[in-house]
Amino acid sequence: MSAAVTQLAPVPLRVAAVVRETADSVTLTLARPDGSAVGPGAPGQFNMLYPFGIGEAAISLSSDSAETLVHTVRGVGAVSEALGRLRPGDWVGVRGPFGAGWPLEAARGRDIVLVAGGIGLAPLRSVIHAVLRDRAAFGRLFVAYGARTPRERLYVAELEDWQARSDIDIAVTVDAGDAHWSGRVGFVTALLANAPIDPARCIVMACGPEVMMRAAARQMLGRGVPIENVYVSLERNMKCAAGLCGHCQVGPLFMCKDGPVFPFGRVQDLLGVREI
Amino acid sequence: MKSMAELIHAHPFLAGLPEPYIATVAGCARNVVFEAGSYIIREGHSATEFHLLRDGHVALELYSPRGGSKVLQTLGPGDILGASWLVPPYRWTSDGRALDRVHAFAFDAVCLRGKCEADPAMGYALMQRFLPVLMQRMSAARLQAMDMFGAQA
Ligand SMILES: Cc1cc2nc3c(=O)[nH]c(=O)nc-3n(C[C@H](O)[C@H](O)[C@H](O)COP(=O)(O)OP(=O)(O)OC[C@H]3O[C@@H](n4cnc5c(N)ncnc54)[C@H](O)[C@@H]3O)c2cc1C
Repeated sequence: MSAAVTQLAPVPLRVAAVVRETADSVTLTLARPDGSAVGPGAPGQFNMLYPFGIGEAAISLSSDSAETLVHTVRGVGAVSEALGRLRPGDWVGVRGPFGAGWPLEAARGRDIVLVAGGIGLAPLRSVIHAVLRDRAAFGRLFVAYGARTPRERLYVAELEDWQARSDIDIAVTVDAGDAHWSGRVGFVTALLANAPIDPARCIVMACGPEVMMRAAARQMLGRGVPIENVYVSLERNMKCAAGLCGHCQVGPLFMCKDGPVFPFGRVQDLLGVREI
Repeated sequence: MKSMAELIHAHPFLAGLPEPYIATVAGCARNVVFEAGSYIIREGHSATEFHLLRDGHVALELYSPRGGSKVLQTLGPGDILGASWLVPPYRWTSDGRALDRVHAFAFDAVCLRGKCEADPAMGYALMQRFLPVLMQRMSAARLQAMDMFGAQA
């Protein structure tokens, strides 16, 4: 099947594994057979996932695996909740991968700062995997991750692995702690104030609610990071994902094909703009 | 051994402050250590010192008889602890509890206010450092209160 066809017609792929992350989020691993019409994609790209008979949702790649497609889905409505009910062995329709991903090439040789809020850690996890796979090609890796509560953290076991490593510096904070939480409390941007980075040689990638990304970007600009080195992911509602229907158009940009990852300077005036 | 002026100059909050100012404020500073679990500041108590954190973490907490202590925010290395020493009536507005062993510089509030009043240019230079930190904290606290990562955000 040609690439053009996979962009419009879903390809059925089998669910190989399901991990429950939180009360409302799961990570799906989809088997991607050799020669599959759906490519492996790159960090920051997304697929349109179709639980049969329900509808489609854009879901980012949350790992850089070549053999499988890994997606973390938070149930917020009909389609994403149907995705959350899938079991190993079930089939799901997949179109993609779509969109412009994270600037990993531009990040080579530089320090990387990732700012993730809530489900926004999912697309950035694929960056973490890619950097750890080719660790020597990049400078320091600092990750600031904010979750709503300790129970709503994604990838808890992996977070602990990362915290134990010396080649990645990860700080986790929650908006509201609980009786068992002895970690940091406060909004994710508070982790950036004293982040151990060299503003002149770092590249920032932020993913989360738009208001959070704007605050994080401004704070990093305030620390002296040049605006062209700050990237955000705009995850507006979309339909065709191929730049045809205009559903996700904001101003002159199509979120699906020009994005979802954009240099902050290109979209700073669009962040927080209501959907049309 | 390093002088107090050299030590405090290495703290991110004071880094880059002109040497004469560093020498002046160093006169109000001392090294302090707090063990995990101890309270560094107490809500309602007189704000006689403020702290620059070097190591360890501090939880800012509010206590209510019904809900117990609730952590509002945690602070870590590089952060400042407390601004109430700047504003009458100079009383802390939350508790501050050491989460692990905390190393900090403690500045005598009366001493520092006196020096700021005696040298308004230095006082202004210090305020230019306090204000952005407080603004950032306020904006982070707003976003935290918005429940940004909740289902309805
Ligand atoms: C490029 C891109 C990548 C994405 N990656 C992920 C991902 O990795 N994991 C994940 O869980 N979700 C991701 N999303 C969001 C996901 O597509 C939506 O949550 C999903 O489409 C909602 O569909 P639904 O039928 O379940 O809910 P609906 O009934 O369509 O919507 C339920 C509620 O969610 C809101 N909503 C729907 N879509 C969005 C959106 N894109 N942004 C903000 N609010 C929205 C609606 O306004 C409504 O309030 C991504 C979106 C885009 C555009």
